[in-house]
Amino acid sequence: MAETAHGVGGLKYDHSKRARPPEINVLIALVLIVLVFEALGALLMDQSFLFDTRGRFDSIFNEARLKIIILQVAIIGIIALGVTQVIITGGIDLSSGSIVGATAMIAMSFAQVAEVNGSPNPKAIFGPWAMDLPVTVPILVGLACGVIAGGINGALIAYTKIPPFIATLGMMVSARGVAKWWSKGNPISFPTDEYAAIGAGMTPVFIFIFLAILFHFILKYTVYGKHTYAIGSNEAAARMSGINVARHLVLVYTIAGVLAALAAVVLSAKNLTAQSGMGIMYELDAIAMAVIGGVSLSGGRGSIIGTCLGALIFGVIISGFTFLRLDAFYQEMVKGAIIVGAVVLDQWRQQRNASKS
Amino acid sequence: MSEIVLKTEGLTKHYGGVHALQDANFELKMGEHVAIMGDNGAGKSTFVRQITGVERRTRGKILFYGKEVNFDGPLDAREAGIEAVFQNLALADDLDVPDNLFLGREIIKFNLGPFSILDYKAMRKATQEALVRTAVKIPNIRNPIRNMSGGQRQCVAIARTATFHSKLTIMDEPTAALGVQETAQVENIVRTLKEAGEPLILISHNMRQVMDLCDRIVVFRRGRIVANLKKEETDGQDVVAYITGAKTQPEYEGAA
Ligand SMILES: Nc1ncnc2c1ncn2[C@@H]1O[C@H](COP(=O)(O)OP(=O)(O)OP(=O)(O)O)[C@@H](O)[C@H]1O
Ligand SMILES: [Mg+2]
Repeated sequence: MAETAHGVGGLKYDHSKRARPPEINVLIALVLIVLVFEALGALLMDQSFLFDTRGRFDSIFNEARLKIIILQVAIIGIIALGVTQVIITGGIDLSSGSIVGATAMIAMSFAQVAEVNGSPNPKAIFGPWAMDLPVTVPILVGLACGVIAGGINGALIAYTKIPPFIATLGMMVSARGVAKWWSKGNPISFPTDEYAAIGAGMTPVFIFIFLAILFHFILKYTVYGKHTYAIGSNEAAARMSGINVARHLVLVYTIAGVLAALAAVVLSAKNLTAQSGMGIMYELDAIAMAVIGGVSLSGGRGSIIGTCLGALIFGVIISGFTFLRLDAFYQEMVKGAIIVGAVVLDQWRQQRNASKS
Repeated sequence: MSEIVLKTEGLTKHYGGVHALQDANFELKMGEHVAIMGDNGAGKSTFVRQITGVERRTRGKILFYGKEVNFDGPLDAREAGIEAVFQNLALADDLDVPDNLFLGREIIKFNLGPFSILDYKAMRKATQEALVRTAVKIPNIRNPIRNMSGGQRQCVAIARTATFHSKLTIMDEPTAALGVQETAQVENIVRTLKEAGEPLILISHNMRQVMDLCDRIVVFRRGRIVANLKKEETDGQDVVAYITGAKTQPEYEGAA
């Protein structure tokens, strides 16, 4: 772009020096983290982390590990897409993990087969009427669970004005209660083949990518997205500009609920079973993905692309630890540190912004 | 059609125990530019917030073009034709200039309810035009508002009012943060409104500006209207006397 391009009013404006989008920094962080694991791999394990050095695969990459990484983050990534929107409005959603648990249980009980190996399904929840139903039934039931849970979150926050932290904390406890009560704590298993197909192979990854593209578009190019950013940026301004803030918040939390419910369907289909403890701590992982990806906890800033990169960083770190044969509890400790670190980074960014203006 | 654009009767706003606005009877005629003056905390902004439906009034009547109105919010007021620049600048810091200009009334390509597709190109073009008209200097309209100077932010807010034709324009201290040139620009915008016959309420602490631009001065003191002065029949010293409480017009006696 020409250096002499002029902005409105004739001030000189150099297009080439435009501030780079924050997602670039996240991408650089991702590359750096991969390099660290590569170096550690070469040093400690005598093998490459992501590249195929033994000629076991067709490409130069270690496809198996790459697949594991994206499969691992795909399901929680679906949740993170909704959590991203909630955080951009300046809110938080602590209930997504529990919504996953409750939805998995309820949806799975409409996805069961009548007979397993010639004998009646030992885990049957309902009578014969709920057996071998078309796959649309458990999907719609699952989505309805998400609409209800997310809608309640949104309505509480928008109309009773209680902080999102409290409202979704309540939902977190209650939805987990629903998950346990639904089958008195028993796991629900043996889904139909069509239902299992939702979680088979790389399907969860395709579902995640599709949803990521969809919501990237929605946040960037629709009125919904614009208002989501506006509310998180300055709620009073949004209200004065005539945006129906309450209605919009209900919509955002409902969408977050639906995405958590979708994740539940995919997860239970992948595991071929639903348990009341499913999704525990997923809400924190999803929040971590968003925050690592540059979504600001104070609202107004962040993007789906950032969250996807954050999810990849998350997956790389987890699988890097497995690669280095470190125990699971180290993973958890480091995960905690990463979440706190990402928030500290966000605070710094904000202070720098504040001192600039 | 009535000759009266806006009329308030006994307009009152209490914040708990704070009587921020008390029994305001105000009138604005077609094509008239009226200034509201008064010390800090006199209730000027409160008055504007009641008219534009930002807050719910404690009591009183508001008549807009002769019809009683009860705006549920600023959007309601805006749809009725009232444009306002608020003192605390209703701007979203993380959005850029076109986004802010069109916030709440975006130009859309396809209507899909809340998921309607935005027409960025049209909004950018309209923004350029609005900024040229107001002679506002902004290097890059696609920068977030956060990175702009206080004056530039203010200009964006004013450009927003000037872009959309309205039946009544209200500006709450529009030039408070502006430089000499920008102030002159804003005053030019106000003059264009005058020529176009669009009525205006201007809140300002700047005596010269008020005397230059307005036909009439209404003085607020401690939540009450204490004077209603024609420009020709008053001068700076006189107005100051009303503002400070040295004088009160007989018809508003018992107010302060
Ligand atoms: N939301 C609120 N809650 C309580 N008191 C308020 C509120 N808003 C305004 N007030 C009080 O009402 C009074 C009038 O405030 P207002 O903002 O109308 O003053 P103003 O005339 O616009 O002053 P300035 O010239 O400084 O802008 C002040 O004493 C203020 O503290
Ligand atoms: Mg004020």
